[in-house]
Amino acid sequence: MTEQNNGKPVLLTMKGLRIEGRSDETWSEIVHGIDLTLHKGEVLGLIGESGAGKSTVGLAAMGFTRDGCRISGGEIVFDGIDLMKASEATKRNLRGKRIAYVAQSAAASFNPAHKLMDQYCEAPVQHGVMGRAEAESDAVDLYRRMQLPDPDNIGFRYPHQVSGGQLQRAMTAMAMACRPDLIIFDEPTTALDVTTQIEVLAAIRNIVEQFDTAAIYITHDLAVVAQMADRIKVLLKGDEVEEADTRSMLSAPKEDYTKSLWAVRSHARAEQPPVAADKTPVVSVQNITAGYGSVDVLMNVNFDIHERRTVAVVGESGSGKSTTARVITGLLPPRQGQILFDGETLPPDYRKRTRDQLRQAQMIYQMADTALNPKLRIRELIGRPAQMYLGLQGKALTDRIRNLLDLIELEPDDYIDRLPAELSGGQKQRIGIARALAAEPKFIICDEVTSALDQLVAEGILKLLDKLQSEFDLAYMFITHDLATVKAIADEVVVMKEGRVIEQGPKSEMFRPPHDPYTELLLSSVPEMDPDWLTDLLREREGG
Amino acid sequence: MSHIWSMIAKRLALGLLTLFIVSLLIFGATELLPGDFAEEFLGQAATPETVAAIRRELGLDLPMHTRYIEWLTGVLQGDFGNSLSNRRPVIELISTRLGNTLFLALYAAAIAVPLSLMLGILAALFRNSFFDRFSNASALTSISFPEFFVAYILIFWLAGRGGMFPSMASFRGDPSMAEMLYRTFLPALTLTLVVTAHMMRMTRAAIINLLASPYIEMARLKGMKPMRVIVKHALPNALAPIINVIALNLAYLITGVVVVEVVFVFPGLGQLMVDSVAARDMPVVQAVALIFAAAYVLLNLTADVLATLSNPRLVHRR
Repeated sequence: MTEQNNGKPVLLTMKGLRIEGRSDETWSEIVHGIDLTLHKGEVLGLIGESGAGKSTVGLAAMGFTRDGCRISGGEIVFDGIDLMKASEATKRNLRGKRIAYVAQSAAASFNPAHKLMDQYCEAPVQHGVMGRAEAESDAVDLYRRMQLPDPDNIGFRYPHQVSGGQLQRAMTAMAMACRPDLIIFDEPTTALDVTTQIEVLAAIRNIVEQFDTAAIYITHDLAVVAQMADRIKVLLKGDEVEEADTRSMLSAPKEDYTKSLWAVRSHARAEQPPVAADKTPVVSVQNITAGYGSVDVLMNVNFDIHERRTVAVVGESGSGKSTTARVITGLLPPRQGQILFDGETLPPDYRKRTRDQLRQAQMIYQMADTALNPKLRIRELIGRPAQMYLGLQGKALTDRIRNLLDLIELEPDDYIDRLPAELSGGQKQRIGIARALAAEPKFIICDEVTSALDQLVAEGILKLLDKLQSEFDLAYMFITHDLATVKAIADEVVVMKEGRVIEQGPKSEMFRPPHDPYTELLLSSVPEMDPDWLTDLLREREGG
Repeated sequence: MSHIWSMIAKRLALGLLTLFIVSLLIFGATELLPGDFAEEFLGQAATPETVAAIRRELGLDLPMHTRYIEWLTGVLQGDFGNSLSNRRPVIELISTRLGNTLFLALYAAAIAVPLSLMLGILAALFRNSFFDRFSNASALTSISFPEFFVAYILIFWLAGRGGMFPSMASFRGDPSMAEMLYRTFLPALTLTLVVTAHMMRMTRAAIINLLASPYIEMARLKGMKPMRVIVKHALPNALAPIINVIALNLAYLITGVVVVEVVFVFPGLGQLMVDSVAARDMPVVQAVALIFAAAYVLLNLTADVLATLSNPRLVHRR
C-alpha cells in the first residue's frame, strides 16, 4: 500500500477549498483553501491536531458539511461530478454508495435502535445496489473478512451487545457494503485500546487492498498514519503545511511544524534514584479485592506509591485501572484488603473518612469537559476546595487562586473570571490540575488525563505535572493505556489485566526484555513510525 | 423479558396501594366539605328531625372510620354500594357513563394521536420553515384558549350556522356506531384541539434533540433521504418521551373533560363526578375517583412498559 500511484486515474480533486463555520452570528473561515488530489485505490493520510480541519475536509469530500458550517469557495470534483454544483439528490446518491464514511466512535455512530444487519443492509437496499437477501449474505462475507467472531450471527445483534473494536470493524464492513470507490476514515481507531487497534488497523488495511478502494485516512496519530497511507498531508488550523509520500515525509519532513509533531514522542522523564527500602509509602494498596454486584473486578491487587514518585497503572479498558482508583478514593469500598495512607489504614468508605484524609488524595479526570461545572467561573472552581479544606476567605482566598493560576501557567488577570466554555481543551485540563492542587494534597490520581488531548498539548500537561511534582513532593498514580505516556512520566509501572496485576516494577526494567507475555503484547502493539512496522509485526505474530 | 414482567407485577401492586391512598384522601376530603348528603338532599325542607332521620336511615350518623371501613369491606367484596341519591347500585349507575367517557376519549385519541405524531414528525423534518412555525403557532393558539371557549367557537361555526353537526352530544336508547360518531364529533374535535399541541411539540422536540447525534449524521452520510432519517433513525430513539406524553394526555382525556361534557351535555363520568360531589353522594364519588386514579396508574404503567420495549438496550441485555 505504500507504493506510488503510477498512472492511476484521478478519483477526487479539491481546489482552493474554503469552509466557513458560524459562531454566534458571524461566519469565520476555518479551512483556508486546501488543494487535494486522490487517485483510484490510493490512501491519503490527513493529519493534524484538533481544530486543524481534518474532519471538515474529509466530510467535504462527500459534499457534506456539518450544521453551522458551509463551503464558501473552491472546487470539489468526484469522478467527474462537480459536488459544488450537484443537486442534493445527486450527492445523496453518491453517499453510502460510491463514497462511504467510517466514524471515530462506532459505538455512537451505530443507531442503538437497530440491529447491525439492518444498518448494514440499509445503504445497498435503499440505493438499489442489491436486494435484502443478497446484502445479508454479502454482510456475512465481509464480517468474515473483517475477522469478526461468529460472522454468521453477529449481524443480528444490537450495537450495545458488541464490543468497541468489533463495532469499529462492523462499521468498516458497513462502509464496504456498496463497494464504494472512496472511504473516509475519520479517526477510526482513536477510541480503541492498543491491542484492539492493531486488529482493526490490519483488517481495514487488508480490505481496502482487497477491493482496491481509495481512502482518506484522518488521524492525529502519526505512527498509525504511517502504517495506513501512501501519502500524507499535514494540516494546521485549516491550512496545508506540507504533503509528501509517506516514506519521505517520515524520513525528511521539511516544515518546522511537522518536525515538532515528529519530535513529541521523544520526551522522557529522567530516571529517579531508587526509594529507600524502609521508607513508608504515601499510598499502599494491600490485597484489594473489589467488584460491582456479584462480580469481582479486582483480585488481590497490591502496590505502593512513594513521595515524589509516579506509578503508572496500564492496561486495556476493563482491566480494572479506574476501579482501583475508585477503591483508593473510597468511592467503592473493597470486599477485602485495605488502603494505607502514610502508614495508617483509611476507612474503606469515603463517607467515613475525615476531611483531612479526603483532602490528601485528589483526582484529575480524563474528560476535563465534563469534570468542570460549566456554570461556575474559574474563581469558584478552584476556590471551592481551598475554601472547604483550608478555610481560606476573602483576600487570602483570591491570592491563593491567583497563585494556583500562576502555577498552572495561566495569566490570573486574564483567566480568573472565565467560564470553562471559554477555555481550550488543554487549558481546561490545567484548571482540573489547579483544582486538585488547591486542596494541597500529597497524592493525586490522574485518570487518563492526556488521552483526550492532542500530542503537543498533552506534552505540555505532562511537563507541568512533572514540574509540580518536584515542587510539592507529590505522589502520582497515573492511569493510562498509552505506553508512550508511561515512558514519558512514570518511575514505576503496574500492568493490569482482567483485574489482576500482571507485572510491576521500575520503568527501566519494564521496558527491557524479558517481559511477561501480556506486557510484551502491549508493548509490541504500540504503533511505531516505521511504515513497515505493522506488516512486519503481523508477519512476526503469524510466524510465532 | 422476565424483568419486564416483574416490573409490571411490582407496579400493579404499587397501583393498588395508590388506589387505597386515593380512596382515603377522597373520603377525607368530602368529609371536610360543609354539609352532608342529608342536608343537601332536603335543602329548604331540612329540619333537625328529618335530617337526623335520613342520617340514621343511611348510616351517616356512624363515626367516619366505621363508615370508611364498611365501604372498604364492600369494595373488597366487589360491592361498591348504592347511590345515596337514587338508591341504585353504583356499578349500574357508572357503567354506562364509563362506556361513554371511554368512547369519547378513544374517539378524540384516535384523531389526536396520529395527527400530533404526523405534525410533530413533519415539523421536525421541515424545522424552522413556514410549516413548522405555522403548525406550532396554531397548536399553541388552540391550547391557550379555555376549553369551553374552543367548544363554543366550534358550536358557533359547525353547529349553529351551517348546522353540520349537533351541538348536543346526548343520546337516548341504543344509537348505531355511525350515529354516535356523528353526534360526538364536536366534543371529540374540541378535545383533539386541546391535547394535540402538547403531543406534537413533544414529538418535534424529542426528534430534533437527537438530530445532532453521530448516528443521525451516519444515516445522512449513508445517503438516506431526510424523511427516512427522521422516521427510521430518530423516531425509534425518541419514543420513550413521546409515549409518556401521550399517556399523560390520554389520562387527561378520561379524567379531565368535565367542562367539555357540560358544554355538549354529554353524559360522561366527569359530569357524574361533579353532580355527586355537589350532592355529597359519597359512594359514587369514591367509585369515580377510583376509576380516574386507575386510569392514571394503568396508562402510566403501559407507557413505561412500551418505553422499555422501545429500547433494545433494556430488552436485550448483553
